[in-house]
Amino acid sequence: MLSWLGRRTLWVVGGFGDYALFSARAARECFSTRRLWRRLVRAVFEQGVLCVPVIVIVGMFTGLVLGLQGYYTLVRFGSAGLLGTLVSLSLIRELGPVLAALMLVGQAGSALAAELGIQRNSEQIVALESMGVGSRGFLVAPRLIASVFVFPAQAAIFVAVGLWGGSLSGSLLLGVEPGIYWSGVERAVEWADVRECLLKAGVFGFLTTSLCAFHGFHADRIPGLSGARAVSVATTLAVVQSSIVILAADYVITSFLV
Amino acid sequence: MPPLLSVKGLHKSFGSQHVLRGVGFEVAHNTVFTVVGPSGAGKSVLLKCLATICEPDAGEVRFEGRLLASGERAARADFRRRCSFLFQHNALLDSLTALENVALPLEQTTDLDDAEIRRRSLDALREFDLQDFRDRHPGRLSGGMQKRLALARAIVTTPELVFFDEPTAGLDPLRRNAVFAMIANFQRRHGFTALVVTHDLAEALVVSDRVALLDRGHIHFEGTPGDFLHDDDPAVRAFRDSLNTLETEVAAIRNQPPG
Repeated sequence: MLSWLGRRTLWVVGGFGDYALFSARAARECFSTRRLWRRLVRAVFEQGVLCVPVIVIVGMFTGLVLGLQGYYTLVRFGSAGLLGTLVSLSLIRELGPVLAALMLVGQAGSALAAELGIQRNSEQIVALESMGVGSRGFLVAPRLIASVFVFPAQAAIFVAVGLWGGSLSGSLLLGVEPGIYWSGVERAVEWADVRECLLKAGVFGFLTTSLCAFHGFHADRIPGLSGARAVSVATTLAVVQSSIVILAADYVITSFLV
Repeated sequence: MPPLLSVKGLHKSFGSQHVLRGVGFEVAHNTVFTVVGPSGAGKSVLLKCLATICEPDAGEVRFEGRLLASGERAARADFRRRCSFLFQHNALLDSLTALENVALPLEQTTDLDDAEIRRRSLDALREFDLQDFRDRHPGRLSGGMQKRLALARAIVTTPELVFFDEPTAGLDPLRRNAVFAMIANFQRRHGFTALVVTHDLAEALVVSDRVALLDRGHIHFEGTPGDFLHDDDPAVRAFRDSLNTLETEVAAIRNQPPG
């Protein structure tokens, strides 16, 4: 039992080291990758444009639910007029960056892990390296760079749509004056909140994209598995671990900023 | 003139499985050198060790006299710029079009401008009769077209050495002959050195300048195709005779009385 625990611990610690080296090498190789901007544009399209629908839909429903739940909680204390404050601060400080990142992991992150896993399986990554092309710089770095900008942008869209959703349920359905709602939003939100939202989103983007890329890139190293099964397991690991990392990083960043 | 590629004492194991046991040979400039052997002999592993895709456990590989050890970054970078690898299953990037696949090594490893890259890539596609399919992704091409596309990508950088890993795997006899003819034709036209691994002995003997037999981790023969046909080494005889075995067995089955 003890030796199993020891081996497992070493495997986990070794995994952290591999991940850190992988991310560092991807960051280093981006400087030697030619025509990086073309790959960057493609990455922004994959993580940005293609993911906007899911961000809008989830943002809308999050705002609607917040408006609904917030109203019935606040009305008990005679504070229904603070609905705008409640919805805006909840979205901007926590729900916006966290839920947007979770949705992006589910769509773009899983796609990235699966694509790299299949490329690993079919020797496409080895082919790049045999040509003298840095595979991490070519395949991973553009996505890492894009994520640092796209995740905050998506979080901003999420928050904006969520605020509107909160207004929809709070004002249209439950009778809170729209002017009171939106003035509550304006009074509550400060630049520090916006910075916190964007910082969290950027950090989540880098961590989750690098983690998803790491698992896909090393799909051939999963013990006892190969082929489609290995890609499937790598993709699952990527999504699950990225989701956990988002919540853990959220706590760490919040503890420093509050 | 020193050999283009020199291999000495190459060893490679995967766990307890010893794939290469002290393999050594030399490849001269501007020749077709073929390594033959039964399936599972370690031919692909050997090729990947020579192309620095896989690290050998021991031994040395020299390219024009320069050692290609894992620490020799400059030598390896220079080597990879001057050689190409044709994978058994082509390894085309399926997110790129045919034209983008061919242009990729030029875009990433040369200082050519976009117009020149496009011109050279289209020329390479034309050479393999693929110009009409330049905007198709590899998944929408036939197996033979994918092979030609992979070859176009391999030669677009005008390499000095091209590694061919089982170039005829999975192809019917007619297409096998066509691929070997294509390799020989382009080798003579472009003047590169071809290092081929295959288990197709008949075709290999026709197009190769030199042949080596790899079996159970050892090189049992290295020489001309003519010498290979007359060599008395037991492993060479067994591999040579395996070509006749299928014909003999099929003839025996056909000659058996019914029931």
